[in-house]
Amino acid sequence: MSRSRAHIVGVGETRYTRWGKIGDVTEHALACQAIQRAVADAGLSIDDVDGLASFADDRNEAVFLAAELGLPALRFGNMVWMPGGGGGCAAVANAAMAVETGQAEVVVVYRSLCQGQFFRFGSGATLAASPSDNPKPPTVQQANSLLLASMGFALPYGLAMAAAAYALPTRRHMHLYGTTGEQLGRIAVTFREHASRNPRAVMGGRPMTLEDHQASPMIADPHRLFDCCLESDGACAIVVTTAERGRDLAKRPVEILASEQGAPRGYAFGPFTNANIADEIYATGGTEELAGRLWGKAALGPDDVDVAQIYDHFTGCVLMQLEDYGFCKRGEGGPFVESGALSWHGGSLPTNTHGGSLSEAYIHGLNHVVEGVRSLRGESTSPVEGAQVCLVTSAACVPSSALLLGRR
Amino acid sequence: MTSERFFPDGMPQPLADAITLPFWQAASEHRLVVQRCTGCGHTRLPPAPICPSCRSGHSDWKEISGRGEVYTYTVVHRPIAAGQQLPFVIAIIALEDAGGVRMISNLVGVDPKHLSIGLPVELVWEDMSGELSIPRFRPASR
Ligand SMILES: [Zn+2]
Repeated sequence: MSRSRAHIVGVGETRYTRWGKIGDVTEHALACQAIQRAVADAGLSIDDVDGLASFADDRNEAVFLAAELGLPALRFGNMVWMPGGGGGCAAVANAAMAVETGQAEVVVVYRSLCQGQFFRFGSGATLAASPSDNPKPPTVQQANSLLLASMGFALPYGLAMAAAAYALPTRRHMHLYGTTGEQLGRIAVTFREHASRNPRAVMGGRPMTLEDHQASPMIADPHRLFDCCLESDGACAIVVTTAERGRDLAKRPVEILASEQGAPRGYAFGPFTNANIADEIYATGGTEELAGRLWGKAALGPDDVDVAQIYDHFTGCVLMQLEDYGFCKRGEGGPFVESGALSWHGGSLPTNTHGGSLSEAYIHGLNHVVEGVRSLRGESTSPVEGAQVCLVTSAACVPSSALLLGRR
Repeated sequence: MTSERFFPDGMPQPLADAITLPFWQAASEHRLVVQRCTGCGHTRLPPAPICPSCRSGHSDWKEISGRGEVYTYTVVHRPIAAGQQLPFVIAIIALEDAGGVRMISNLVGVDPKHLSIGLPVELVWEDMSGELSIPRFRPASR
């Protein structure tokens, strides 16, 4: 490829807390703080920034942040059209496309979440009207969006909570392949151990054993409480620019080797609202095709990955992604995680070295990109020595996206 | 003629647009329907304006028996509405005579301990009001 590829030159975040704990700062002020820290990490100034990008319907629109931050001009303002956490890596990819095609020179990708100031994701309140809003007697209501018309075939059955939605493919995976709750637990316990070294991690001081996991309350079988990601407040940001611009900055740039985004045929919003996903991919993360394109684009394969940051909204979705990306065969995710593969202590694929959404914070997975950069810079609190290639994925079981990051 | 009740009035109510509304209108008459392409016969749910198989915009509604089997399920221990009995079961039902179509629904009248994928089920209507009926499923009687 002759054209220079985009690089990540700065990362930053605010403090991460349990949901509802950041009340003294507005969500958009928190976004500005993360952006400023990422720009400072790059050795750049806000005066250098001419693009902003986000995802997951971030409430803090680029036009307002550009004005609040005093950007000299906003040349690129982008929102990924992928639901929720599936769009994090895509937002970085779109920033990369912008700098590669000269739409902008320095684009900052950000995500800010203050769930206490708006709503809790775990409650499903985004999608279901509160019962007190329900007209009486019960009747059919007008759907004001395609998503809501689709949710119309889930909500009346009480399917409003992500933990229940993604339990459905995971339960089928267990049926087909014998995957167990203990195997899911190994994922949670491994990431918690990684978080123990990470001062940013919300659950850093809360060790977890497999027994703790197995004793945690069942939320939506097979998902126990400790199979579910945290609900957090916080913001983080990533600075993307060209290779030329990145050459003389504060830290060694991390190259975006390849990116992919999208959904397979007929997937729509995934198993949350779609009971008719093709049988061959129902009990998967829905990311196998995307993974194949990603490997092809980078001329790399799963064996080339030194460290991975895998989106972990639920443990089952991690396990199915490991199969989608080819780290093990279909159906062998259970034994693979049971082997200790994901552990920083000698695992073949150290994964979520920050603790992930299960134990660092739930910032819709943009914190996984931040950790991907740190793991290649040697700045991770669970460093993988000599790591040159890092896979970062966004939410699976919804339309998704992924990045391969590299260090030369 | 009120049906047996399984869920409280406060459950989220269906949301529909002009394309999906006929499904709920049929449900109010206790008819379970799937949309069928009049071009190629492909069936689909939720309803959509175009057949994803042949791209025809023409379709009709096929009434189905409501027999099927459990494709996957989850036993949920958190309520979505006040007064809800816990736990409750959300299941994907593979419908028997619907051209391979599955639907999201609930399993009622079943001990979660005795649930399994492949369990044969049959349709049961729950009248939430005079104008709203929700299709749910229970283990097949035969
Ligand atoms: Zn057709």
